[in-house]
Parts: sequence; C-alpha cells; structure tokens
Amino acid sequence: MSIFVNADTRLCVQGITGRDGTFQAKGMIDYGTNVVCGVTPGKGGQSVHGVPVFDTMAGAVRETGANTSITFVPARFAAPAIIEAAEAGVDLVVTISEGIPTLDVAKVCQRLSELGTRMIGPNCPGVISPGKAKVGIMPGWIHSPGPVGVVSRSGTLTYEVVEQLRRSGLGQSTVLGIGGDPIIGTSFIDALTAYEADPQTEVVVLIGEIGGTDEEQAAQFVTAHLDKPVVSFIAGRTAPPGKRMGHAGAIIAGGKGTAQDKIKALSEAGIPVADRPSDIPGLVAAALGRK
Amino acid sequence: MKIHEYQAMEIFARYGLPVSGFDVVTSPEEARAAAEKRGGSVVVKAQVHVGGRGKAGGVKLARDADEAERLAEGILGMDIKGLTVEKVVVAEVVDIDREYYIGIVVDRATKKPVYMVSSEGGVDIEVVASETPEKIHKHPVDPERGLSDAEAAELAAKIESEPSVAAQVADAILKLYAAFVGSDASLAEINPLVVTSEGVVRAIDAKMNIDDNALYRHEDIAAMRDTSTDTAELTKARELGMSFVKLDGNVGCLVNGAGLAMTTMDLIKQYGGEPANFLDVGGSSNSDKVATTLEIITSDPNVRSLLINIFGGITRCDDVARGLVHALERVATDVPIVVRLTGTNAEEARRILAEHDLMTADTLDEAVEKAVVLAGRDS
Repeated sequence: MSIFVNADTRLCVQGITGRDGTFQAKGMIDYGTNVVCGVTPGKGGQSVHGVPVFDTMAGAVRETGANTSITFVPARFAAPAIIEAAEAGVDLVVTISEGIPTLDVAKVCQRLSELGTRMIGPNCPGVISPGKAKVGIMPGWIHSPGPVGVVSRSGTLTYEVVEQLRRSGLGQSTVLGIGGDPIIGTSFIDALTAYEADPQTEVVVLIGEIGGTDEEQAAQFVTAHLDKPVVSFIAGRTAPPGKRMGHAGAIIAGGKGTAQDKIKALSEAGIPVADRPSDIPGLVAAALGRK
Repeated sequence: MKIHEYQAMEIFARYGLPVSGFDVVTSPEEARAAAEKRGGSVVVKAQVHVGGRGKAGGVKLARDADEAERLAEGILGMDIKGLTVEKVVVAEVVDIDREYYIGIVVDRATKKPVYMVSSEGGVDIEVVASETPEKIHKHPVDPERGLSDAEAAELAAKIESEPSVAAQVADAILKLYAAFVGSDASLAEINPLVVTSEGVVRAIDAKMNIDDNALYRHEDIAAMRDTSTDTAELTKARELGMSFVKLDGNVGCLVNGAGLAMTTMDLIKQYGGEPANFLDVGGSSNSDKVATTLEIITSDPNVRSLLINIFGGITRCDDVARGLVHALERVATDVPIVVRLTGTNAEEARRILAEHDLMTADTLDEAVEKAVVLAGRDS
C-alpha cells in the first residue's frame, strides 16, 4: 500500500505542452507512472511522448479514465485549471505551480471541498510512492520502497532527507511534499491520518519549517490520534523574525511560528526532533526497532 | 509586501472608508503648512515598516502649527528599530469617545479570510489576543461568496450597541472587506476605528500587507513599494526573482530551495559559525543568475567563506558544476568556496569542480563543517 498515489493512478498532466510540463511528464513516464493523457487548451489532438493531448479536462477524463491530475499551469491561470480538473471528476489534483495568489487558492480549496476532491500543494514537489507512481518533480532514483512515510512543507529539503534515508537503507511508503504556501490543500494532519491508515507505513517523518502553527497542531493530533511513531525535523531555527524566508508561508509573525515553539510542541508530544537531517535515519531506525 | 499607513489610508479612502483627513510630508515646513490647513492641532506620525512606532516616539500630538513643525523636525530622520523615518503623516485630530479594532487576515487553518473585531481598539491586538482572547470575535468568510450585509451587521453588533453607530461600523466592516479582496491583501486592519463624541465613525489608522503572488494584477499597489531602505543587493536579488535576506554572520550561503537554505543556515550555527545570509537561488542552474548571486553574497565584507549547496534533483549536477565554474570565472573573489552538489552525475560534477581547484564535500554536514572552519581561519 501507500497513500494518495499508487499503481492504480491514471495520471493527466495539465500544461503538458509547456516547457516544465513536457520535461516533467517524461520524468514521470520514465519512472513508470501510468501517464494516460495531457491537457492544454487549443492543443487537443497532439501527442507528447506518445501521450494524447486534450483541450479540456472533461474530454481527457472521459476518453482515458484519468483519476489524478498534476498541474504545471502558470500561476495566473492555475486556479481555473485546478477547478476544471476537479469538476471533470479526478480524485486528486497535485498542484506544482508556484506563485498562485492566496485568495485564489482559498477559493479553489472551498470549491474542491464541495466536490470532494483532494489537492496537494500548491507550490510543492508532488508525491511519490516508490516503485508504484511518481506524481511530481522529485528525483525518482533517490527513493526506494519501504516502511517510512515522509511529509514535508519543503522541496529540496525533502530530497535531502530521503537521500539520508537512502544512505541508511531505509525505504519509503510514500513521500509527500505539501507545499510552502499559507493556504494548502493537504495539511500535515491530512497526511498523518492517511499514513496511520496505511498498512505499509510503520513510521512517519514530519519535516516542518517556520511560519504558522501547522506543526503545533500536528503535534497535538499525533498525541490524540496516532499509534504509529513520528519523528521530525524543523527548518529555520536561525531565521530572523518578520522576514519571509523564500516560501510565502515561511515567516515568523507577531512572535508566532518560531522553530523553537514548534520544537517545544513536538517534544512535548513525545515526538523526537532531529537537530540535523543526518540524525533522522537514526531516529527512524530507533522508532522501527521499538515496534 | 508591506505598504505604509498613508498608502493603506489612500486605498481605504478609495473603497469609501471614513478615513480621517491627512497629508504626507517630508519636511518640517510642509508639516507646518499641513497643520495650518487643518486648523493647527494635528497628529504627526512616522511612516516606517515596523510596529510599535508610538512607543518609540514616532507618533505625537501637536497643539498648533509651530509645534507640528517642531515635532516633524524631530521625527523626520529619526531611527526607529533601525529604519530611518523619511515621511510623516500629518493628520487631523479626531475627538475620541470609544475605540474598536476591525481586521482581516488569511487564516491557514480554515483556509479562508477570517474577520476579527474587538471592542478593545487602540492597543496592540496581539496583546489582546494573548491576554483576553474572549474580547476578539472571529468570523471566517466564505471566499467564494464574500461577506454579506447580514454578516457585517452581526459582527458590528458584537462591539457596538447604539443602532445608528452600529450601522456605520457595519458599513466600515463591509468596505474594509472589499478593500482586502480588491487589493489581494494578506492583512487589512483599522486600529483604532473610533467613534467620536458626536457618534461618527472614523478610521484614524490603517495597516495593509499585500500578497506578493498577486502583485502582478495590482500595478498601482506594486508601485507603492518603498525601496528607500533596500540595499543594492536586495534589489538585484528581487529582479532575479530570488529570495535574499541579509544576516550578520560570516559564512555566506547559496542554496536551492527555501527549506534546504534554512537548514543550511541552521547547520552553520550548529557547527559554531554564523550565517551571513539566506538565499534561495531557485531551480535554475543558469550561470548568469549564479554569477549575480555570487556577487550579491561576496559584496558583503563580513563574508569569510561561501558554501554552495545544491541538491540537483532532476537537473544534472555536471551541468550545474559547469555553470558554477563559468560563473566563478566572471566573479573575482578571494573568499574561499566549498561546493556540495548532490544528485544525478554528482561524481562527474566533483571532477569538474576539482579541476578548477574548488573545494567539494560529499555530505551536507561535511560541507558546513568545512565552510565554518574556513570562515574562522585568520586570513
């Protein structure tokens, strides 16, 4: 098993004829993901890497039975594209697009919750269930199947952690980047809920960063609802207050959102917090040994 | 993006909010003229992007035009938390009977804009939130439908009982929401929204932060950016679409990805060094961009070593290495550099870097340790 994407995933690439879409579609096909179609308005009838391109999501879903979409549509056109995918009936939309206005994302989340469609992202690297499906832009080769679930607000930091796990021979059930924006479709709590229910996952690595209180809420949730062990890492201990650290959501505002608060909340919930990414494999191994 | 109080006042006025009369001036003489226009007694307020300017002496009441000129002279050029005051607002004095708070923020938990109103206006709202949270009434707004007249009236009724005044408060609540949505704000607040002794509602303060992601559709607001306190480095980084934050340490770092960049800074500290900056160079291995980035970091005289940490991902590391070598040929710097590249073709990348006498590291820990040692060495 795994969460959100697996061997049954039938993927549609939105924006497949764009530079990023074409390049990343190839990476996903090469990994073995079942990419069944692409969508770019006005480019219907073409094909990219042998994958048929449609004008609309509705047409693509009808013809190919796609159940998941990944969006590379530029930020200013992304919101309607996501809603179009959800209305066409896919179960999951993975939004890679970066820089979508926050109020647009709020509207998208509202509409998707009415339709019962999950969104991962925006501004995220996507999701991979090693050996089954890669729906994202991460380097597939650093991943291998195994018992570790990884959920993170970051991109390259997630790769770094997976690379550390790889060097220690620890494989993953699913690795999920939830994105660095203030409003995101899938939260830490949603991911933790899914990992708890997934038989393959035996331990979860939660990678947080400064900004907001999502990690604190996740810590409370773990105490109340999770039987599986969780280990964590928080980026931004040296971040100065009031400055946005790259991600739109990564800012310490009004004294809230510091790394110290998050580390305290996680520690109080009995979740070990690694000082360095290289300490994570040891904590994961210990958690697996305890079971 | 933060905008100044006077800029937020201008936006609020455009949406019909009852903003008190004001002028923005840059000299004591102009302050005098503005005070004379408003009958002498005015409030002089520093325009800087920090909170707590009142406590720092940046907001003062003048009884007449003479005093307004004198006060403006004192406040202009004043240093408030490291920022120099370049402009002051000269605002009419409003007689205050009671003060309220109204504000909207984007709330991560509900994924909606959340309206907050409180009868405790005129004080730091974060203090109210932590000490007497029951005095803040919160209301999530449906982002699709917006705020209805009935919702606004309900919110107003929580803080004001006099019907004719409550109607004005409700009107202000609606208009502030329109300004918030219409400007793609991440925060909009009036603190305080006052009721005069005649029962008239006025906004005597304004605060707005704008969502950077939405600036492309608000050219007028984008033009409000105050670059007077920006360094040349910050401007360069912004032009390249990169995130750069200057810090006080001596280990410069160039990293791809915000989370990894923060982690690199944190590790520098753990290994006994101090980071000189946060810099997320993004996904590109474009050597022009890397060259400019290197110039930005090494222009800081405090920087004693430079750590380049790139997780290649799908990009090939040998391409990144060639880009780096090309960039370094263009940027003359004596600062010792440690490069850590991980990803596809990392070995080939290390060979290319070694050919050009660049110090490399296999792991993140090793790279950070080397950079910290280099920064601490006597030059």
